[in-house]
Amino acid sequence: MKSIKILGLILLLGAFGLFNVLFFLGEFKVSDKGLSQFIESKRIKSEVFIKDAQTLINQSFDSPKDLSAKILSFAERSHQYHRAKINDLEAKGVDQSIINTEWGKVIWLKAIKKHGDFSYPLVKASGYGFIVDHKVLLFFLTFGIGIIGGLMFVLTSFALDGPAGIKNNGIFQNQATNKGWIAWSVFGYLIWFYLLLYFFPDYLVNMIYIVDPISEILNGGSASQWFLYGFMYCVFMIVMGIRMFIKYRHNKYQIVRTISVLFFQIGFAFLIPELLVKFNLPWYDFKNSWPLNYTFFFDWNINQLLNSGNIGLFMLVWGVFLAAVIVPVMVYFYGKRWYCSWVCGCGGLAETLGDPYRQHSDKSMKAWKLERYLIHGVLVFAVLMTGATLYSYFSESKEFFGIETENIRFWYGFAIGSIFSGVIGTGFYPIFGNRVWCRFGCPLAAYMGIVQRFKSRFRITTNGGQCISCGNCSTYCEQGIDVRAYAQKGQNIVRSSCVGCGICAAVCPRGVLKLENGPEEKRILEDNPILIGNDGVKLRED
Amino acid sequence: MTHVAIIGNGISGVTAARHIRKNSDFDITIISAETDYFFSRTALMYVYMGHMKFEHTQPYEPWFWKKNRIDLKKGYVHSIDFDEKKLNFKNGDILRYDVLILATGSKPNKFGWKGENLDGVGGLFSKQDLDRMEQFTKGIHRGVIVGGGLIGVEMAEMLLSRGIPVTFLVREDRFWGNVLPKQEANLIMRHMKEHHVDLRLNTELAEIIDDGNGRAKAIKTMGGEEISCGWVGLTAGVSPNISFLKNTKLETGKGVLVERNLRTNIPDVYAIGDCAEFRVPLKGRRSIEQVWYTGRMMGETVAQTITGNKCDYTPGHWFNSAKFFDIEYQTYGLVPPNLSSTECEFYWERAKDNLCMHFIYDRSTRTFLGVNTFGIRLRHHVLDGWLKESVSIDFVLEHLKDANFDPEFYRQYEEEIVEKFNNENGTSIQIRKKSWKRILKFVN
Repeated sequence: MKSIKILGLILLLGAFGLFNVLFFLGEFKVSDKGLSQFIESKRIKSEVFIKDAQTLINQSFDSPKDLSAKILSFAERSHQYHRAKINDLEAKGVDQSIINTEWGKVIWLKAIKKHGDFSYPLVKASGYGFIVDHKVLLFFLTFGIGIIGGLMFVLTSFALDGPAGIKNNGIFQNQATNKGWIAWSVFGYLIWFYLLLYFFPDYLVNMIYIVDPISEILNGGSASQWFLYGFMYCVFMIVMGIRMFIKYRHNKYQIVRTISVLFFQIGFAFLIPELLVKFNLPWYDFKNSWPLNYTFFFDWNINQLLNSGNIGLFMLVWGVFLAAVIVPVMVYFYGKRWYCSWVCGCGGLAETLGDPYRQHSDKSMKAWKLERYLIHGVLVFAVLMTGATLYSYFSESKEFFGIETENIRFWYGFAIGSIFSGVIGTGFYPIFGNRVWCRFGCPLAAYMGIVQRFKSRFRITTNGGQCISCGNCSTYCEQGIDVRAYAQKGQNIVRSSCVGCGICAAVCPRGVLKLENGPEEKRILEDNPILIGNDGVKLRED
Repeated sequence: MTHVAIIGNGISGVTAARHIRKNSDFDITIISAETDYFFSRTALMYVYMGHMKFEHTQPYEPWFWKKNRIDLKKGYVHSIDFDEKKLNFKNGDILRYDVLILATGSKPNKFGWKGENLDGVGGLFSKQDLDRMEQFTKGIHRGVIVGGGLIGVEMAEMLLSRGIPVTFLVREDRFWGNVLPKQEANLIMRHMKEHHVDLRLNTELAEIIDDGNGRAKAIKTMGGEEISCGWVGLTAGVSPNISFLKNTKLETGKGVLVERNLRTNIPDVYAIGDCAEFRVPLKGRRSIEQVWYTGRMMGETVAQTITGNKCDYTPGHWFNSAKFFDIEYQTYGLVPPNLSSTECEFYWERAKDNLCMHFIYDRSTRTFLGVNTFGIRLRHHVLDGWLKESVSIDFVLEHLKDANFDPEFYRQYEEEIVEKFNNENGTSIQIRKKSWKRILKFVN
């Protein structure tokens, strides 16, 4: 059995290695058709760029990076050319309409964010040779073998780890789970991968090719980097979800919860949106609530929904209703766990792929303080950003209190949407725990946390005086709550940050903790220093 | 300002310090030779098993002590001058006190076995015991554990977590025979075998054999069998750690003798926790109680007395908990290992899932006296409330759903349990739905 596990690991690493080797391979040649489609889709009017780009036709590149760099240098050159020309024309004082035509030729590249996005479609369209001709084979060799190896690795735990029960043996003695060299390598890799995904999708085209066949089946088109990401997300969640089923096979709460996050990720975040696209409807994730879904009130989204008939209108109303009514009402009845650890995609990844790292969240008072500033700060930012967007939408003014709305949105998307939730949120898993984003950054979590803290039936009940202060609950709390601090005082845990994953109750060796929904009365217990069971002590009345 | 010195930074001493601080401005010093900070002794096993790091077992961050003006002094008190109210430290330091609390805990029992002080032999009580275990169990091919109680089964779990096979010697005919009824003991023994523990009942240690370099290499049983091993765990109970107090003015027996209010024979000197021995044991309880919860309660109580709110140690209904490998155990009230003539029992088991519940009630009045539960969690407030109200066994079973504390979605067995009781006793108890109203009545 042990050798099957090791073989699984070898297969997994082999498939992973091949996947990454793809990064350095590939042949690219810009075709006439590819270029004209690109020019059309990007609405490029710069004759300078087009002339430059035509020199690329039938020129061979052996790396997407080189081709992308060429495209971007042409774009940059055309940008400078037209800007200079505009200055020139303005100096000459020619007719404004001529200047405006010239403005229309300018290619805008946002240096920090969008530049990979610009060249990506042309690079993607220019690949040829082995990778492009063997997508299915490569898909099997990377994803296929990787999944098989991963499953061999996790399924053998069933036999190797002994009878069902809490099996955390060796977590703090292992290089992968105790911030050793393996953890740091994973940390570096994840950050690298996320940076490419968000800012340099043009470098990832070889990896994206191999999921093209699946994308074509689902949405009828070829894959984008987001399709690759969504697909990988589901694959990781399924394999690591199966690991959860084995690890917590004695714990029905964990099993039901894991089924739920898998269902919502695969169904609501992946399959349904892709199928909607196939039927010419907007890509829409029905469970993704504002303000986590921060683009919901952006003009392009609202317009797209308004232009999509009754279904689009329903999506618009549903999105507002979800954020304004369903979210708070559900938090009242069940706590924010209904979303964070049962439905949410970020939470779903954290609870499956991130489970081996949950022990790294910082439990110190300092971290709690930082958490409150950061997460509520992001919530305020999200509300202001959305307010500015809606103000601009209805007033048709480009500015909000003197700041360009587009700029506010850009910085929110860059700093919060990409860097915080993506690069940090997942990249930091192996070192800082699996809920960095959920704990410190997610504005929806902040919003639900306020409801959970002040108006909810959810609590973690402490079982009288049974706590032995062992620390398992606090250690394995992914949200960095010092659960023990409450349990050892006989107090229930009512905290805005609790996502209700239920692991504290699972790892407790003495049956002290229970997540439950009940009357608001006596939910928060007064600080009675004498715990149940010590009948002799009558406190003085002073 | 009154200076309270507390020897021992375990749960008893630290609880006393916290409550003295709540009630007074006294100067407080906690003295320990063991560790810089309070840690949860019951969690040491998880450090060895890699579930936690040692710092995770410390319930308070370092700033807590300063903020609450509790001085921590690391040092070993080797004698006490009770007349001058002075503590003499091994390194020559002297500390004066006005009030002294002895909370020195326990040490593992050794019964004069040959070889009991060799390297590779040890108990599991202190941080130092853990360090020794870490040091001497590296690369060994087998561990032998002597003494069938809670620490023994913990140590078995620890060794097995590192793939070290375990032979477990139990002197009695069943595991933890002085506490567990035979049904529960059998359940646990079956589970230990599931984990491949080589369990030897009715087997006593004769001697530990030296490898010639001062390290244990095997043990010999009373039956003459030699078992080769690299580690010998001595887990046959613990006894008060008071050797430095012997032959002083302080009256001691097995532990430091105390009254109901935890005072010793010397004014302003108190003893709490594992090291205290009641001159007159409380009704139905032992004279020395070596349990986390009782240590904590004694700490809570003595703090009241010292700060002027005189209290006797009056624990409520007994409760305890433990975990044996994968099986959680809780007990409320009194479940004796062997029934007396006035007691009746009802036992339900689901062997496949390692679950059982064992109820004890009075034969004539049917008053509920206690329950052992394995694999099913029960609600402390509800059980304590029922015991205080002396409800009948019939009432308990009727309202059993109120007591269930298992996680949501767990299968519930109350119907099955009550049906079995009805069949065995000719009763017709109808189980009631869970009621938050009834539950919260017991919660203040």
